[in-house]
Amino acid sequence: MITTQRSPTGGGGLQSPRSPSSQPPFLSISVTDPAKMGNGVQAYISYKVITKTNLPEYQGSEKIVIRRYTDFVWLRDRLFEKYKGIFIPPLPEKSTVEKFRFSAEFIEMRRQALDTFVNRIALHHELQQSEDLRTFLQADEQTMERARSQDTGIFKKKPSDLMSIFRGVQSKVTDVVLGKEKPVEESNPEYDKFKKYIFELEDHLAEAQKHAYRLVKRHRELGQSLADFGKAIKLLGACEGDALGTAFSELGAKSELLSIKLQREAHHLLMNFEEPLKDYVRAVQSIKGTIAERANAFRQQCELAETIKLKEIDLNKMRLIRSEKMLDAEHEYEELKVEGQEATRRFETIVKLMNEEIVRFQDQKTQDMGRAFHEFAKGQARLANAIADAWRSLLPKLDSLSVS
Amino acid sequence: MMDFENQGFEESQLHASRGEMESLALDDDDNNNNSGNDNNPSSRSNGVANGDGSLHHHPLSSSLPFAEIPTTDDDDPLLSSSSPQQNPNSFNSLLEPPSYADAVFRSFDGDHGKQINGHGHGAVSTSSPSPSTDYFKISVTDPQKEQDLNNSLVPGGNTFVTYLITTWTNLPEFNGTEFSVRRRFRDVVTLSDRLSESYRGYFIPLRPDKSVVESQVMQKQDFVEQRRMGLEKYLRKLAAHPVIRRSEELRVFLQVQGKLPLIKTTDVASRMLDGAVKLPKQLFGESVVAEAVDPNDVSQPAKGGRDLLRLFKELRQSVANDWGGTKPPVVEEDKEFLEKRKKMQDFEQELSNVSQQAESLVKAQQDMGETLGQLGLAFVKLTKFESEEANFNSQKVRAADMKNVATSAVKASRLYRELNVQTVRHLDKLHEYLGVILAVNNAYSDRSNALLTVQTLLSELANLNSRIEKLEAAASKIFGGDRSRVRKIEELKETMRVTDEAKNCAVREYERIKENNKNELERLDKERHDDFFGMLKGFVVNQAGYAEKMASVWETVASETSGYAATSS
Repeated sequence: MITTQRSPTGGGGLQSPRSPSSQPPFLSISVTDPAKMGNGVQAYISYKVITKTNLPEYQGSEKIVIRRYTDFVWLRDRLFEKYKGIFIPPLPEKSTVEKFRFSAEFIEMRRQALDTFVNRIALHHELQQSEDLRTFLQADEQTMERARSQDTGIFKKKPSDLMSIFRGVQSKVTDVVLGKEKPVEESNPEYDKFKKYIFELEDHLAEAQKHAYRLVKRHRELGQSLADFGKAIKLLGACEGDALGTAFSELGAKSELLSIKLQREAHHLLMNFEEPLKDYVRAVQSIKGTIAERANAFRQQCELAETIKLKEIDLNKMRLIRSEKMLDAEHEYEELKVEGQEATRRFETIVKLMNEEIVRFQDQKTQDMGRAFHEFAKGQARLANAIADAWRSLLPKLDSLSVS
Repeated sequence: MMDFENQGFEESQLHASRGEMESLALDDDDNNNNSGNDNNPSSRSNGVANGDGSLHHHPLSSSLPFAEIPTTDDDDPLLSSSSPQQNPNSFNSLLEPPSYADAVFRSFDGDHGKQINGHGHGAVSTSSPSPSTDYFKISVTDPQKEQDLNNSLVPGGNTFVTYLITTWTNLPEFNGTEFSVRRRFRDVVTLSDRLSESYRGYFIPLRPDKSVVESQVMQKQDFVEQRRMGLEKYLRKLAAHPVIRRSEELRVFLQVQGKLPLIKTTDVASRMLDGAVKLPKQLFGESVVAEAVDPNDVSQPAKGGRDLLRLFKELRQSVANDWGGTKPPVVEEDKEFLEKRKKMQDFEQELSNVSQQAESLVKAQQDMGETLGQLGLAFVKLTKFESEEANFNSQKVRAADMKNVATSAVKASRLYRELNVQTVRHLDKLHEYLGVILAVNNAYSDRSNALLTVQTLLSELANLNSRIEKLEAAASKIFGGDRSRVRKIEELKETMRVTDEAKNCAVREYERIKENNKNELERLDKERHDDFFGMLKGFVVNQAGYAEKMASVWETVASETSGYAATSS
């Protein structure tokens, strides 16, 4: 749970003249209490989303709703559609296989990721004002359902389709970046550098994440082998008897103890190091989506500019021959010009927003990774110290046994 | 059985990642502190290419800021300079944690180093006569291919490998303190067989396998190297055995130049072929052999394939024993022996289990080290990437943090690998003892065989006796005597006398073997106690030491990133 304390002097603060209390405005959300619902193939996990706020836009100071993964997806999609140019916080993957197993670890990781997702939205000065967010946080089940099924172009499709569209967009972006399609793209060297950076970053991060995941597994394996070794050596001790037997037993017991510590560290590593890395990867993928949107907006702008130009030529022709269609044509032309301005405005907004977002992204990631590194190092140090202590504590006993 | 030889293991580890590690342009400023350390990549490869198992140029140690420089052994006060050790224990100095200077830690590994390198020092076992003045060191080196000129049907055909066996000793049996011979594997087999015959009841270390299959599969070089190491270990174990080290067979093997003057085996039939001895015919049938037969021959175990009839008799006897036939009094004592043997079997089973789990543990540690290294490398690449064209200060900061973590992960990875090498060294004791148990089983077999011989002879005596009685009874019924029967009785009585002597020999042999068993068991118990305690301590100290080093590495990173610590849970 991340509490957002918004001070009036903070960037993009929630300024509300009608704010009754003298307290700084806050919006605090937590995603908790995962519960398995339904049976078999239809089974899903529901989460309690608790909102505490003093913002006037919200009904009341505390609200609890029940949401499931697809609701979060809905929110993400709406934000993605409405706030083009902003890097929408990423969602955990929609797993099709693990879902059926629903391990406690998987559920916890998902819950954590969803909590992070919704709080990042709440922290973002633009996104936090979204009406869709309010709907998500407050609406009852039926309203939520209705909202989910509302048609707005892309939302006719189901989430799985959205993923394929998203991927389609990704590949389009790749094509664009790699210059495969016709060059309806910006010629902006700095932006090109950025695009290249993002694509390469994803690869690097994916590799790091892969190894981080393996490291978790290694911890588990080492823990298991220590447990087995401990057990076997205890049996040997029972067979031996006397001082040596006791020594073996003590060693075996320590080994088993350390096995537990290793399992614990594995879990800690998963939650506090591997997950943040995965989150980083997701964030980069989300940025790729935004890059695609920008490319779209640019293309629209260009296409409209083309159309306007052609229309102008037509219009001039018509003016010359004093066609009776001229008025309509002029009308259309004006409309097109307005559209063109709109498109340009949209594109320019995206560019401006992206520039801000990039700065914010880099800052945020330095913080996130810094924390992840800290946790990683802390965990490893803690584990190593525990191991050292456990073994050291055995030495005097061994010494005394060896001479007895 | 997994081959835990340090060198092979270490090499494969180093080869796997050396390329990657070396391509890192890790900016370890701390390297400058290690004076006299050659950091160049070429020196690293030299260290590995050295196939003789010496690791003094340990490449992975060179950029460890936390380890002492791998200096010579002079630094370690406990490694005496008197021993011409091949394996410089650079590990000892590496294990010294700078800020956790722990006397127990350091000194302990010094002792253990001695033990591993020269069993001949009789390091840990206090049952050896004079540990401080005796030395007996053997090394096996310089494998050479030679031609077998005598037996080759094809000219230039049959080749074999000989090894240079060098001995340093001040034991009086040997004339001289340093000498070398060349021996081939077949000679070792001969030595081993002869020792088995001469030292029945002793726990004789097992010789390396003949392993014909492996020699086809492995690369010739690797196979030769593996065999060389096996031979060295074997000879050192022999030299460590308080009784066997003084054997004539071993002396001859180590000292006599030219062809090994030990005959392959002393079993009865081959001696018959030599004409040295008359076949003890009384074991074959009714007729008595007039000439004296050395009863000692009888007390030697029947060898398969040759003494077929004798084997058959003894087999019949052992079956009779099992089926509650005539049970000579010797059986009762065996109860205590049976108990001890059962205990040994249980011990063997548990030990084997532990040995297996130890292998898994080593593998898990190895994997951990590998993955840490790979993680470190991935972060190094990321660091480079982020720093290359960093537009924002936050990127630079992140790159710096990442580099920190990356280098620490790589360090931790190296620590794990070193830890593992040591772990293997210590836990190898478990494997060794599995071998020892095989030797014990052989000694117990010697005893069983001797007992069987005794029982066979006793039953033979009983048989002869009853026949004599029957004949005497029948003969007394005939008036005037029965000359043929009387003659028969005389013959049988003579046979009985000889058999009785043989029986006495066999009993003496049996008692001797029992005594050997008992002494050896006592020796084993003592040595086992010391060896295993040594192993446990070594293992524990290693684990603790390396864990402390790792903790130190990570604590530094943790404190350097403490600014990021989460403000909320």
